[in-house]
Amino acid sequence: MAKAYLLLADGSVYAGRSFGAEGTRVGELVFTTGMTGAAESLTDPSYAGQMICFTFPQLGNYGICLDDCESGKVHAQAVICQEYCASPSNFRCELTVGELLERDGVPGIEGVDTRRITQVIRTHGVMNAAVTTAEPTPELLERVRGYAVRGAAAEKSVTEPVFFPLEGAGYSVALMDYGYKKSIADGLRKRGCAVTVYPHDTPAEAVLAAGHDGVMLSNGPGDPSENVYEISQIRELMGRIPVFGICLGHQMMALAQGARTAKMKFGHRGANQPAKDLKTGRVYITSQNHGYAVDGASLAGTPGVLRFVNVNDGSVEGVDYPGLAAFSVQFHPEAHSGPRDSEKLFDRFAALMGGAMDA
Amino acid sequence: MPKDAGIRKVLVIGSGPIVIGQAAEFDYAGTQACRALMAEGVETVLINSNPATIMTDPDMATAVYIEPLTERTVERIIEKERPDSLLAGLGGQTGLNLAMKLYKSGFLGKHGVRLIGTNIDAILKSEDRQLFKDAMSAIHQPTIPSRTANSLEQARSAARAVGFPVIIRPAFTLGGTGGGVAMTEREFDAAAQRGLDASPIHQILVERYIFGWKEIEFEVMRDSAGTAITICSMENFDPVGVHTGDSIVVAPALTLADREYQLLRTAALDIIGALGIEGGCNCQFALNPESFEYAVIEVNPRVSRSSALASKATGYPIAKVTAKIALGYTLDEIKNEVTGETYACFEPAVDYVVCKLPRWPFDKFYGADSSLGPQMKATGEVMSIAPTFEAALMKAIRGAGIKEESLNRRVPAKKPLQKRLREIDDMRVFTLFEALKAGYSVAQLHELTKVDEFFLTKLAGMAELEAELARGLTPENVEKARRFGYTEALIEKLSGETPPPAPPLSYRMVDTCAAEFEARTPYFYSVPGGAHCDARERRGDKPTVVVLGSGPIRIGQGIEFDYSSVHCVSTLRAMGYDVVIINNNPETVSTDYDTASRLYFEPLCPEDVMGVLAVEEPVGVVVAFGGQTAISLAQYLVDHGVRILGTSAEGIDLAEDREKFDALLESLKIKRPRGAAVHSMEEAVSTADELGYPVLLRPSYVIGGQNMVIAHDEADVRRYMEVIITAGNGANVLIDQYLPGTELECDVISDGERVLIPGIMEHVERAGIHSGDSIAVCPPYSLDGAMTERVVECSRALALSLGTRGLVNIQYLTYKGELYVIEVNPRASRTVPYLSKISGLHMADAATRVMMGESLESLGLADGLAAPPEYVGVKVPVFSFEKMPDANSLLGPEMKSTGEVLGIGRTFTEALYKGLTAAGFRFVSDHGEARRGVLLSIENRQLGEIGPLAERLYAEGLNFYATPDTAAELRRLGFYAFDIGHVTRTAETGGLLERAGIGLVIYTGALHDDTMGDYTRLHFEAVRRGIPVLTSIDTALAAAGLLAEHLTEDSTGLIDVSGIRRRAE
Repeated sequence: MAKAYLLLADGSVYAGRSFGAEGTRVGELVFTTGMTGAAESLTDPSYAGQMICFTFPQLGNYGICLDDCESGKVHAQAVICQEYCASPSNFRCELTVGELLERDGVPGIEGVDTRRITQVIRTHGVMNAAVTTAEPTPELLERVRGYAVRGAAAEKSVTEPVFFPLEGAGYSVALMDYGYKKSIADGLRKRGCAVTVYPHDTPAEAVLAAGHDGVMLSNGPGDPSENVYEISQIRELMGRIPVFGICLGHQMMALAQGARTAKMKFGHRGANQPAKDLKTGRVYITSQNHGYAVDGASLAGTPGVLRFVNVNDGSVEGVDYPGLAAFSVQFHPEAHSGPRDSEKLFDRFAALMGGAMDA
Repeated sequence: MPKDAGIRKVLVIGSGPIVIGQAAEFDYAGTQACRALMAEGVETVLINSNPATIMTDPDMATAVYIEPLTERTVERIIEKERPDSLLAGLGGQTGLNLAMKLYKSGFLGKHGVRLIGTNIDAILKSEDRQLFKDAMSAIHQPTIPSRTANSLEQARSAARAVGFPVIIRPAFTLGGTGGGVAMTEREFDAAAQRGLDASPIHQILVERYIFGWKEIEFEVMRDSAGTAITICSMENFDPVGVHTGDSIVVAPALTLADREYQLLRTAALDIIGALGIEGGCNCQFALNPESFEYAVIEVNPRVSRSSALASKATGYPIAKVTAKIALGYTLDEIKNEVTGETYACFEPAVDYVVCKLPRWPFDKFYGADSSLGPQMKATGEVMSIAPTFEAALMKAIRGAGIKEESLNRRVPAKKPLQKRLREIDDMRVFTLFEALKAGYSVAQLHELTKVDEFFLTKLAGMAELEAELARGLTPENVEKARRFGYTEALIEKLSGETPPPAPPLSYRMVDTCAAEFEARTPYFYSVPGGAHCDARERRGDKPTVVVLGSGPIRIGQGIEFDYSSVHCVSTLRAMGYDVVIINNNPETVSTDYDTASRLYFEPLCPEDVMGVLAVEEPVGVVVAFGGQTAISLAQYLVDHGVRILGTSAEGIDLAEDREKFDALLESLKIKRPRGAAVHSMEEAVSTADELGYPVLLRPSYVIGGQNMVIAHDEADVRRYMEVIITAGNGANVLIDQYLPGTELECDVISDGERVLIPGIMEHVERAGIHSGDSIAVCPPYSLDGAMTERVVECSRALALSLGTRGLVNIQYLTYKGELYVIEVNPRASRTVPYLSKISGLHMADAATRVMMGESLESLGLADGLAAPPEYVGVKVPVFSFEKMPDANSLLGPEMKSTGEVLGIGRTFTEALYKGLTAAGFRFVSDHGEARRGVLLSIENRQLGEIGPLAERLYAEGLNFYATPDTAAELRRLGFYAFDIGHVTRTAETGGLLERAGIGLVIYTGALHDDTMGDYTRLHFEAVRRGIPVLTSIDTALAAAGLLAEHLTEDSTGLIDVSGIRRRAE
């Protein structure tokens, strides 16, 4: 078994076994606590620039079903796990995780103490790292230390509008692509929406002119405040057409309305985050993947009203914009991977598009 | 929502004795619930008939009743205590059934008692098969095609409608009692009838048998706000068809893609929401491995064995949270105590693999059918935690107390491999491994067994590793073997080489959140190597003591040892020590994360224990409270320089080594039945001859009298030796003179100077019946002053000369005015909880303090025999024969009971009546006119003793039916008796029981192989009709003695045992 190394920005090195592609990748090291959903996570564009450490020790048990992928390729920079399973078992399995990584040139490392790595991130916050199948060098450490995720959302976006027609569609939705997950489009289509995916930098007027019933702001990677132009366009859209934002989209809506966002210590990544609906008192278990969050205090004085909070740390999980026919959530109601408990939010969006002002 | 202020006084119903299908998990759940209630300032009243439980401790509730779990008794407690609420979902099926009866009869309504934490509608929907199907179809949840039937005729048409093969599930039974599979119409009638008979409402479900589907479970919680979460998913190693209690189970599910996982998770949440359950709930699904098709198999709207497993597997305290939800709290108001940072409203994320392995009692039931199906047969289970499936499985296997250390079975099977692969039995995983080694491919095995390829591939990897090891050690294969959970000893054994020194084990924390948050609760498992040891960080400044637990619940080593271990831990903590417990039984209180200062969920095996000791560096290790499992590690630990607290390893050896012990007795002038150790067939025969028949035969170093028999002639001796030799246990057998006297037992606490005897117990059954299977009475009812003196004197001499520091259990026998010692166990025994509750003396606490160097004097405890207890206590064993209808139920020197109940009364008869009632006996006279017959078949050797028994039964106007010799003897004594011929040779025993209106069977005597099957069938027919079968003339005499008293439940007193301790102190 070939060797691989995980080099952290603090200089520590974890030696393990290589799987997937050979080579060297640098990125921001994050962990996810989801126990299923490797295919979904690896192909989620929000992971652009990041390397994923899976806290569940067994990766690849059921392999990769291409149908489960959230986009056409692996966006993560590298994969770190404790025990990789090279002979998966599932009726839909088409590839092993290793084969998928190899196809997309992404290195994987197994046989390292992922719990320790998680504890390091938990204590020190997200940290840059490298995965390499060569011996780590001082030069590599320099590269690691100098790394930053920049312009990732723009990089992950489509460059031309893409239309997904739907027979008998009730609504037409513009999906602003900052690195969208396929499941968001699927979630809309399931509720009778024809979807047009727009490049991240499409002007608001162009979207409005196309006669859609609503605008969905997608998830995506990176620091939301970097996307200055996109935020300005979102400000134009809100109040003129129903808007629903998920994850990065949610953060940019808050920024558009004058609130602030901040980088979290190590973010929320997993399928078990409790988000409480302040209106009903009910808590939903949600799927999440974010390293930035809306600053709750900064919502004061904006049109935004806090709707969902994280039960564990009180962070902002969702904002309503009464009167603007808009709302947003930090978590992923489209699931994939993770719980579908909050998928009714798509229905709420449909109701907004149907004319309800405050669904 | 905050706590419901209307809840001030809550009655909690426990689950009663340990039986197959209902074990220690309900003590764990009940204890958590009682603690939660008391902590919320709610007055708590508890009823449970099982004394060997933490939940029946005096300080667990405001009032504690160890009384029979019958409808009438619970009614009387409600009348006396006037609770405003009843929490029933924590006492297993027993507690739930009682609550349902009281609800349906209107009693609860009349007395203003509200059912909390349980939704009547949900129970009805989950328990009645048709209602369940209707409820599921209303929320579009698929179920397996099925029909209910209330008669054989209906059952047949149901089977035709759903199509073969079918599975039969009786309604309202524990652990699937009476269930079975019929592959064809030919097999159907017998299986259907058995199911109908097993159901208290004579109802079965005839269901399509979906062979080969995966079986997946989810534990779900929901609160009054409608928030619902899943705690844990679990996947059965065996496909659908084997009871989940009898299957190897992994958590979380390992072979589901996110789609399938979310499909079933969503279904589970929809179900708990639609049923309106508030609290914990278990949902079982069958999933077609080739599609997204699934079916809901079962929903249990209460805490269960699975919820105990899920709690231990994730660290999420399901029972405690359930109790708080019952009080009105919502999930987001309840703190997650493990992290202290997060709330109970989140789904645990685990970063390890959990494996559960059932522990079956087939070692006690030689020759019983060990096949597995819908009817659960395991008495207990072990759980293990590791980063890989392989390591988790290996830990589970070596920790199961089955003398196996790997997947290569110790004793070769007799049947050919191919045949065994088609049968599912307790050895299945070993058989699969054997097949892989014999060249079967994963695909072939999957085709045959439908076990998922994932698991089979893992096993194949292990087989491959073993082949590599056998070729010689390399750094790679040694590292892999360790990663796969192989011990150093096993690596050496498989390779014939000594592996290089292993890096120390590191210990990771079970923290409910996969390290996302810093956790406070110290609950650990080992990993080989590892970059970091979480446990090391948790060590404090206080001196540490390590307490070894007792492993899985099995016949001979039950919940009693967990009770003692837990108390030892509590006392040590109160004394200012950091206490570490090592145990691997997920059902117990001892493995609750807040019982000890630090919990290591590890096998009680040499290397695993040494690994913990290396991290903890304790001042000493306690082996005296974990039963034989812990005791048997003593010598190994001493050899490795570990200090044993309490009685020394030499003291233990002195008590257990026959020759040394004989010499000791000789020097103390204490008698014991003569005997000798033999090593061959011929030696056995000649020794038996010399001692004179009957003789008692057993192997040395035993748990619960395993494999003991009484031999009445040479043929018996030869047969026994044959079995022992072929079983591969070696031929080291002890032969003793058998003296049919009265057995006595006492648990003694000594500090080396004083010797305290809290009480003496007298057994109702004569010597020869295992003490665990005997009815035991305290104080003794027939012991005279002189003999009592002699018992005290011998106990003192033995305790002192063994160097006892703590507890020692001594078993005696009186025969013709002489006292003999039968056995000395230098440890806490099965009877400690029973005696503690009766005497009001906290024995485990006192023993622990003495063990740590305090004197009995400083504890204010007197020397000698304690004053007689305030009440009489009668311990009655409880059996699980209805789960294993073909097991030999005749009582003998080998223990067969799975649990016990306690009757507490002002008089011997009252206590006995309560004990027998609690054990489920229904007296002949209760049956009314319909069952006035007694079937007697008494062994010829005992015929001379039936006079008094016959007189008592006759006085009650009962009719005698007897086998020829017994009938002749009865007639000789002047009674009328129908001679029914050789009943055991009658083909149709069931019919006889019906025609004669038999309400009681008394069957004693040695059986030979040719009549064993017949007796077993008679027993089975009786048990399924609810007819008690007594196999000891002494038990029969005691029971018959009660008849004249005409006791009823209403005429007995209710005793709050929490008062006994208070008065004693």
